[in-house]
Amino acid sequence: MSIADSTATVARRGYSSPLYKILKGLIAGLFSVTLTMVGLLFVTFIIARVMPVDPVLAVVGERASQEIYEAAYKAMGLDQPLYVQFLLFLKQVAMGDFGMSTLTARPVVEDIARVFPATLELATLATIAGVGIGVPMGVLAAVNEGRWPDQLIRLVGLFGYSMPIFWFGLMGLLIFYGILGWVGGPGRIDIYYEDIVPAVSGMILIDSLLAGEIEIFWNAVSHIILPASILGYYSIAYISRMTRSFMLEQFSQEYITTARVKGVSETSVIWFHALPNVMIPLITVIALSYANLLEGSVLTEIIFSWPGLGNYITNALLSADMNAVLGGTVVVGAIFVGLNLFSDFMYKVVDPRAR
Amino acid sequence: MQFKRSLLSLALAASVAMPISGAIISEAGAATPPNMLIIAGRIDDLISLDPQEMFEFSGTDMANNIYDKLVMLDPADLSKGYGPGLAESWEISEDGKTFTFKMREGIKFHSGNAVTAKDAEFSIRRAVALKKTPSFILTQFGFTPENMNDTIKAVDANTFQITTDKKYAPSFVLNCFTAAIASIVDSELVKSNEVDGDWGNGWLKTNSAGSGAFKLQNWKPNESYSLTAVPGYWRGEVAMKRVIVRHVMESASQRLMLEKGDVDIARHLSPEDIASISTNEDLKVEDTLRGRLMYISFNQKDKALSHPKVAEALKYLVDYKGMTGSFLKGQYTIQQAFLPQTYMGELKDTPYSLNVEKAKALLAEAGYADGFDVEFIVRNATERLEIAQSLQNTFGQAGINAKISTGTGKQILGRYRARDFQIYVGAWGPDYPDPHTNADTFANNPDNRDEAKLTGKLAWRNAYPAKDLTVLTDLAVQESDREKRARMYVEAQKVFQKEAPFSVMFQKIEQNSMRANVTGFNPGGAITSVFYWPVKK
Repeated sequence: MSIADSTATVARRGYSSPLYKILKGLIAGLFSVTLTMVGLLFVTFIIARVMPVDPVLAVVGERASQEIYEAAYKAMGLDQPLYVQFLLFLKQVAMGDFGMSTLTARPVVEDIARVFPATLELATLATIAGVGIGVPMGVLAAVNEGRWPDQLIRLVGLFGYSMPIFWFGLMGLLIFYGILGWVGGPGRIDIYYEDIVPAVSGMILIDSLLAGEIEIFWNAVSHIILPASILGYYSIAYISRMTRSFMLEQFSQEYITTARVKGVSETSVIWFHALPNVMIPLITVIALSYANLLEGSVLTEIIFSWPGLGNYITNALLSADMNAVLGGTVVVGAIFVGLNLFSDFMYKVVDPRAR
Repeated sequence: MQFKRSLLSLALAASVAMPISGAIISEAGAATPPNMLIIAGRIDDLISLDPQEMFEFSGTDMANNIYDKLVMLDPADLSKGYGPGLAESWEISEDGKTFTFKMREGIKFHSGNAVTAKDAEFSIRRAVALKKTPSFILTQFGFTPENMNDTIKAVDANTFQITTDKKYAPSFVLNCFTAAIASIVDSELVKSNEVDGDWGNGWLKTNSAGSGAFKLQNWKPNESYSLTAVPGYWRGEVAMKRVIVRHVMESASQRLMLEKGDVDIARHLSPEDIASISTNEDLKVEDTLRGRLMYISFNQKDKALSHPKVAEALKYLVDYKGMTGSFLKGQYTIQQAFLPQTYMGELKDTPYSLNVEKAKALLAEAGYADGFDVEFIVRNATERLEIAQSLQNTFGQAGINAKISTGTGKQILGRYRARDFQIYVGAWGPDYPDPHTNADTFANNPDNRDEAKLTGKLAWRNAYPAKDLTVLTDLAVQESDREKRARMYVEAQKVFQKEAPFSVMFQKIEQNSMRANVTGFNPGGAITSVFYWPVKK
């Protein structure tokens, strides 16, 4: 019996309790997630196969003899028909196995578990900055619509949005690391601190504190602050812009006018009437921006030699390391789908009308 | 009102942040510790740490410092060639086929196990049995998985013996034994990590089992690797207790780290970045000739290109000086022979220079006074494209109308290997530290038929029969007298330079930028890979 059949049977029996509704939503959600993921896998798989790079050459090198080349070709399963290769791949993925990376000679799952915390650390800090600064900025701009604080904030946002991150990163490094010496250079810590702190969470800020290495903690802070700020600036720009427009929309609503007429203080109108309603669409904006950052802000990671997911996938692509590319894509896809589900869920929690 | 309040909270946030930034300022800008060597470079080609499998630059750099070999090079004087390593002496049988090595006693692996002839036997057999890409460097002596028990063996704990299938120049055999694939691994340790008869390959891809100056501490792919010095290394005490190599993709980032003193050496700076640090007295740039050659070749299946006068004319249509003086500045030097400079038997003559009039005269003699149309195939890589554009311009001056076709490595290499092209613009690097590597590739073609599929040989790919040179290079590889052998390669290159459908143009110069206090860093020249253990600062 398929999932669709079973839900239908349940429906015929006339269950309509809240529990059933949640269950039904969950199953439908899971079903669409699975479908999305399979679709994603399929598209990525096809792209990976038609790309003009040769994964076999990547393994054996250009100088390999025909015999060695053919042995590797077979060992990689490339002699099988495409649909067989895809089905085998699906089966493998379903068991949580993405195969071995040709680039690192380790299982892709292990690789991703190793690089992901670095991206998580960076993206989380950037998002905290984005929300912590972007939301107040957006509110400020909306409250002062058309006046200079609004113009200034919009200008700052526009600048952040339109500047190439590559240039921004290099300029940041040149000024704050090269000239002023206020922050650490590329990488997560100074190189001579490498391999001192044992990896527990994989996030160096946390691991150094756990190990009681305060000096390394501050060193790591000095390294993350610039890339996180630059990434954060992008999400500040985005989040403040969205907050501003959501707030303006609320201000035009009748309940705000009513509140103002009733003599509610302006502060209270902004923070207790308008903002909670803005929170709902804002959650989606923040979740999407977080997903974007997690996906690996590729250029930032490359400029700052940040050994995260973005760097990993880029390298894998350039070296025709197909298992790693596929594995990385699935993780990115899962993050998007997961955060989307999460924002849907939060909708329901925050806004009773959505339940 | 609201704005004022927001300002207030901003000031509050700033006052919280201030002590943090104070801490940051005091942390940044420290120099590297005096007994640590810190390098920024590109190490994304590092895909396996198994010395019997690796064939990439970063991998061999690492293996060179973790593993010892039977015969080794002296980093202080690479031109001396091979000398004793783990083998303190060797004898060659009268028929020239059996090499008997006497192993040095008292040397230990990093695990504490003693280095014996059994380890040499295991390592060389392992290279043959694993059949990985670089295995041909040893199997060209006739070793096979089937005969290796007889041809590669430990006679006793301190005596190791190999028997080749025919007589080869001893210098050829011994030069090949200085390559990374001949690294001696700790047989006990590797065997204990064997899975399903894989000779420990799965384990050794990410671990190490050597007796070299350093042991591997950690490798994070595409991120960094770190080595720790082994106390009491037999070739001399090591000054740098730790070596850390960090993968830094961007030249600009590498340069900043070097200028700030966060790294001692930056290995991949762009010409622009090199130029901009040249006035900094705290830094220096050391040039080293590497083995990579840039060349163009003309497919002999093409009617016009197979005319000897046409081939000669084309060699006069390359602006050698113009290119090394402009976009290749500092990165390449002119070299017109198939062996890189510093190789045994090197030839430094550069008989060709841009001479459009002479080229036109030669073309007229060949019956192509009006020129002809031709296609260049080039891989998508900046310097190759720039070279192709320069050639297009100079060829055009003699009426040869060239079209440039670009593609990925797979596309272009595919056509080259299938002999489906007219002119190829490409690069070649030697595979092992012996002149035979390039002689065999450029000037040896025992079977020019399509069916022979000798795709590894550039002579075959260009349908160049190389009749006399095939004989000469086959003789050279068997010549026991090292001096005489070197002269034979000089002779072969002179013939090649004149008649072959190849124009070798440039040899790579590697520029390593470092702090002024770093001494003894030798990236290994054209022959081999970097040595970290003689470095001091």
